[in-house]
Amino acid sequence: MASLQQSPAIKGAKVLMVGAGGIGCELLKTLALSGFEDIHIIDMDTIEVSNLNRQFLFRQKHVGQSKAKVARDAVLRFRPHISITSHHANVKDSSFNVDFFKQFNVVLNGLDNLDARRHVNRLCLAAEVPLVESGTTGFLGQVSVHVKGRTDCYECNPKPSPKTYPVCTITSTPSKFVHCIVWAKELLFAKLFGDKNQDNDLNVRSNDSTGSSEQTEDVFERKADESVEHYGRRIYDHVFGYNIEQALSNEETWKNRNKPRPIYSSDVISAELMQQNGSSDKAGSADDPLSVSAMASLGLKNPQDLWSLMDNSRVFFEALKLFFGKREKEIGSLGFDKDDQLAVEFVTAAANIRAASFGIPLHSLFEAKGIAGNIVHAVATTNAIVAGLIVIEAIKVLQKDFDSYRMSYCLEHVTQKMLIMPVQPFEPNKSCCVCSETPLTLEINTNHSKLRDFVEKIVKAKLSMTSPLIMHGSSLLYEVGDDLDEAMIANYSANLEKVLSSLPSPVTSGTMLTVEDLLQEFTCNINIKHREEFDEENEPDGMVLLGWTQVPTKPKDDDDKPHTGNGVSTSKASETDPAVAQADAGVVKINVEAIDASGKKRKGPDSKDISLDPPSNVADEATAANHKKVQQIDEDEEDLVVLDQWDIDTNKKQKLR
Amino acid sequence: MEGEQLTEQETALYDRQIRVWGADAQRRLSKSHIFVYGMKGTVAEFCKNIVLAGVGSVTLMDDRVVTNEALASNFLIPPDEKVYSGKTLAELCCDSLKEFNPMVHVSVEKAELVTLGQQFFEKFDVVVISSCPPATKILINEKCRKLSKRVAFYTVECRDSCGEIFVDLQNYKYMTKGKTDGPASECELRYSSFQEATSAPWGRLQRRTSKLYFAMRVIESFEEANGRNPGAFSVEDVPAVLQLKRQLCEAQSVSESFVPDTLLERLVIGSIEFPPVCAIIGGILGQEVIKAISGKGDPVKNFFYFDVVDGKGVIEDISSRAPEADSASSKSANIITQVVLE
Ligand SMILES: [Zn+2]
Repeated sequence: MASLQQSPAIKGAKVLMVGAGGIGCELLKTLALSGFEDIHIIDMDTIEVSNLNRQFLFRQKHVGQSKAKVARDAVLRFRPHISITSHHANVKDSSFNVDFFKQFNVVLNGLDNLDARRHVNRLCLAAEVPLVESGTTGFLGQVSVHVKGRTDCYECNPKPSPKTYPVCTITSTPSKFVHCIVWAKELLFAKLFGDKNQDNDLNVRSNDSTGSSEQTEDVFERKADESVEHYGRRIYDHVFGYNIEQALSNEETWKNRNKPRPIYSSDVISAELMQQNGSSDKAGSADDPLSVSAMASLGLKNPQDLWSLMDNSRVFFEALKLFFGKREKEIGSLGFDKDDQLAVEFVTAAANIRAASFGIPLHSLFEAKGIAGNIVHAVATTNAIVAGLIVIEAIKVLQKDFDSYRMSYCLEHVTQKMLIMPVQPFEPNKSCCVCSETPLTLEINTNHSKLRDFVEKIVKAKLSMTSPLIMHGSSLLYEVGDDLDEAMIANYSANLEKVLSSLPSPVTSGTMLTVEDLLQEFTCNINIKHREEFDEENEPDGMVLLGWTQVPTKPKDDDDKPHTGNGVSTSKASETDPAVAQADAGVVKINVEAIDASGKKRKGPDSKDISLDPPSNVADEATAANHKKVQQIDEDEEDLVVLDQWDIDTNKKQKLR
Repeated sequence: MEGEQLTEQETALYDRQIRVWGADAQRRLSKSHIFVYGMKGTVAEFCKNIVLAGVGSVTLMDDRVVTNEALASNFLIPPDEKVYSGKTLAELCCDSLKEFNPMVHVSVEKAELVTLGQQFFEKFDVVVISSCPPATKILINEKCRKLSKRVAFYTVECRDSCGEIFVDLQNYKYMTKGKTDGPASECELRYSSFQEATSAPWGRLQRRTSKLYFAMRVIESFEEANGRNPGAFSVEDVPAVLQLKRQLCEAQSVSESFVPDTLLERLVIGSIEFPPVCAIIGGILGQEVIKAISGKGDPVKNFFYFDVVDGKGVIEDISSRAPEADSASSKSANIITQVVLE
């Protein structure tokens, strides 16, 4: 196959790579070596220090520059005569429309988020360009081929969405460290440093029985002449002391749970120590807000150290002080960012103090940062292997070698003697609302929910549409675009605030809505079904979309160890977090029961069943009921693993060849 | 090793991978020394991976000069005659690798591989040998085995769209977590030498053993019998290679279909490495070396194969010492101690 490097199918191909990150760098290098001569890359990101351990086309001196551009320049150094076009832009930009996609013979994804993957999937379907999709996390990797009409599309099978937690678990009854992180990041941090007008559950639950919420609102405001030290103590005592006392007064809650312990600042840190806490001159310069550090000013060096309750409290106070001392202008508009050192320090400290209160083991800043920032674990080797597999599939696609398309998994544990396991691609899912025309059903209270709720929670968050248009029959209810006149804009904004049943063209039970994204050329029909009540904990959106192939995100209490990572968010914040979940790594974890590592529990040699967890790198036992079944067909020379469709409704077995 | 912490710079650079294998493993990596012989495309990929991972040092050896073949699959060599003329493959790769990670010491050793004494290898924790005759591999493997310290030994070859990795960790103890989240247990694996592993009687191996194992042995025998450099083949050699295969199959008392002619033809005609396979084999080898240094993860025992045609990355456990049972039970037989720890 080496002669392929001169093959006209490769030389003449025009390929689009989306993503110049971990997989992208490896992919661009392997494409260039394999003889590809016309490559476009799209990536909106710039280079960061933590990329350099695996994104080998980048150097320290490139930090801050466009990934797409630097990757291009680096590869041209060893393949100067090929054409590489870099686009430092978001793949969702309207310039990357169906016509843009149509110029390519194949599209190769090396993305890190679900939203962009869906967007590219739809454009590839609309432009009828084959897509090779990939994802890695740690030692796990996955490559799949999606060709319209021949295989499934990227959205035919459900994808896990960010994990959400019931609000009361976060506000009142945390049992895992991740709950404390969510509380510290989404509630406390947001309350103190974020937009004051944003809804926030910080005080709602713990104060159910006492006072009005107006009174407690004031607690978080720094009074005009109040010192930062005093303010800090007041916040500390309120959230870790008073609120816990309040929660304890509700006996019912603690019948079957360990009672938390209220913590007051005076118990942990003396007044003298408070005074000498930190020397701000070591804390970093105000010119570079992302480098200001409470750890530095307190002389705490190793982010992997476990801090005591006292250390955490000192970091808490010091971080608060530094926010007010060096970054006061940003207060009121800050959002959590994993690259914001001071924010990570504050969230780590607050989460640990809360964990101490609830008897939950404390964690280091390094671990807390990984959980709070949804950091995907990544190594160079897996990316290199996955890039090799992508190029192999891309060549098959260009040679129209349909029968040998494979979906490949990189495994961490040997499975049926394999570390790289190929399986046959899935067939299209006939009920997929993206590549087929099956309508969805939406259960919603048409008398309470506004059009805005529908746009935010369904059209944007679930359907991942960028520029939607909503129609009821022939009447337009809503539309986004640059070419709208003022009257239309006014009309649409008025519609957004109306409940569905009182729209100009009323949406009631039995209505069929058509939602279209002009950029993605994707249309979806939604049957509306009125429903009066929704469960606040389990159905926080106040509406339920049926027929949408997404893993149901049952709020649940189980958790992963820090190293397996989490998509962390409260139900309210889940869709707004830009870093979304680990699930975005797009990796399936394969669990093999048929063959035990030690050989002890090995079933008979004819046993061919493997179970496959739902497509998530996060081992998710709770959805075990939805396991894929893998069947291996053992023939003389060649064996090939065939997977059933994940969807229970389409649980049909595929025949090999 | 204890008490020494990663620097702030290291923690920032290696953040994402420390989240995979932990700070302890990262510290061990940064103290490890790797010797690499034979700078073709697959080895270039491997070197990139371990330099990025942050090993302590990498020592390269390959005195050959640049050829079109070397340029075709090795991205460490700039295709500019002004740059590469007068330099050896090892020197050129060294220049490029240094840039990938300033914290790793990359250097070139100039010597004749076969003349290197046993004590030379004592400096290293890992020895990787590629593109040289099997007799040389056996010689270096034996030198490593005689040392008082355990040196992890690997060979790697890539031909056409196929690749082979051989692993010898001698007696290797490590903590395994297996597939489940149960308690970790200590495992000890006993590896065969390259000589033992490549001289296993074919008739005793399972019929389902990767055909590449046999095909690679045929190719090696052909090179040795004809005094060829590894990979120095042309299409004219096909009949002679197939003839040799028939002789070997007869001598081993196995049917000729044991080693498919089509596979041998591919290996003979397409002796140049296929870049996607270099990436895959170089990636797996990188992972294996990282596992062996860090003591984390189940290592390959003792061959890994990848072939684009079926897309499988397969592990084979082959030795001439013990009779081969089926792979699962032979694996458990190799576990001498299995102590369950808390
Ligand atoms: Zn579909």
